[in-house]
Amino acid sequence: MLDIQTQLFESQDLRLGPIDHEKDPEIESKWTHSSEFMRLMDTEPARPLSAAVIKKQYEKLEKRVEENKNLFHFMVRLKADDRLIGKATIQWIEWTNGNAFLRLGIGLADDWRKGYGTQALKLLLRIAFAELNLFRVSAIVPEYNQAAVALLHKFGFVQEVCRRSALERDGRRWDLYVFGLLRDEWQNRSTG
Amino acid sequence: MKDLFRGELVRFTLEEPETSTKAAILWQRDSEFQRLLDNNPVQSNSEKKFREGFEKEAENGFKPERCGFSVRTLAEDRFIGFLSIWLDLIHREAWVGLGIGAREDWSKGYGTDMLKLCQQYVFSELSMKRLSLGLFEYNPRALRSYEKCGFRLEGRTRMDTMREGKRVDSLWMGILREEWLQMQEGEGK
Repeated sequence: MLDIQTQLFESQDLRLGPIDHEKDPEIESKWTHSSEFMRLMDTEPARPLSAAVIKKQYEKLEKRVEENKNLFHFMVRLKADDRLIGKATIQWIEWTNGNAFLRLGIGLADDWRKGYGTQALKLLLRIAFAELNLFRVSAIVPEYNQAAVALLHKFGFVQEVCRRSALERDGRRWDLYVFGLLRDEWQNRSTG
Repeated sequence: MKDLFRGELVRFTLEEPETSTKAAILWQRDSEFQRLLDNNPVQSNSEKKFREGFEKEAENGFKPERCGFSVRTLAEDRFIGFLSIWLDLIHREAWVGLGIGAREDWSKGYGTDMLKLCQQYVFSELSMKRLSLGLFEYNPRALRSYEKCGFRLEGRTRMDTMREGKRVDSLWMGILREEWLQMQEGEGK
């Protein structure tokens, strides 16, 4: 039997959902004021962003979703009180190759180490493989993001590429990893 | 100082938009050429589309994070291909992509010569710290050439490309500035 009962968007504590253009900008703006968060999320120079800038980013994002059709974006909220805690994206989807890149961030340090990343990634993988029918997913992670490396290993991702000293931060060079997970590997794990 | 634009077999130029357009139209007819270049589905683009692209490049000039060269042979002064460089100016990493259009010009050492020029340009003119490139498993000719130029294989993204119903890997390579400098010293002896 086809399992359409298992909810794609809900885990024990979390719900993946759409952007709230009214309320979310202010909350995400707060996250960007942590340079640690910004540097873990991106290799672009970290900058604090106002709610107005975030609002514009959301509009651009939704336009990209509509025009390019190679991007799925979700806000991550707590089921208990609907509080926004992070964001999750499946992007750069190549439909003919069945490959895409994942991005996941939990905004506030207070919400880290609570298993939210694990729950959100589990949901994201099920959408990627069971709904979008992708063959594999990839993730790009800097050497200094050890939490992400640990999370990906937990789900069976393989470190496929190590781009030696591809980044410079705090006056030294860092490697950049590419991780990959194939649908078979995901399936064997989730049933086993 | 070294000549940045002249190698042993080829030189870097920038062709006029019209010349680039005519060549691109011919080269894209070869689906193998397109499949070696990219893992997106092959396209058949109009002359108008190519021309607009090249004219736009000429109008805007090249952005600082992007360099484009046309490539000519030294022997016959023939336009045979192109080489493009994309820069991450913050982390000082460069990416290169190159193509040689006509299959008569493949396996003649032109690609290797183009890449050596590119390395020289990236490290001694653009002050980059690393040069990266990607290729597909079904392009062993490119792999040999890149290895010859000192690129190291840094991994493969497993089965991320599907061609002819088969799954193949992409290969990722890189060379660091220090590695390139060491090679130069070795050659100088």
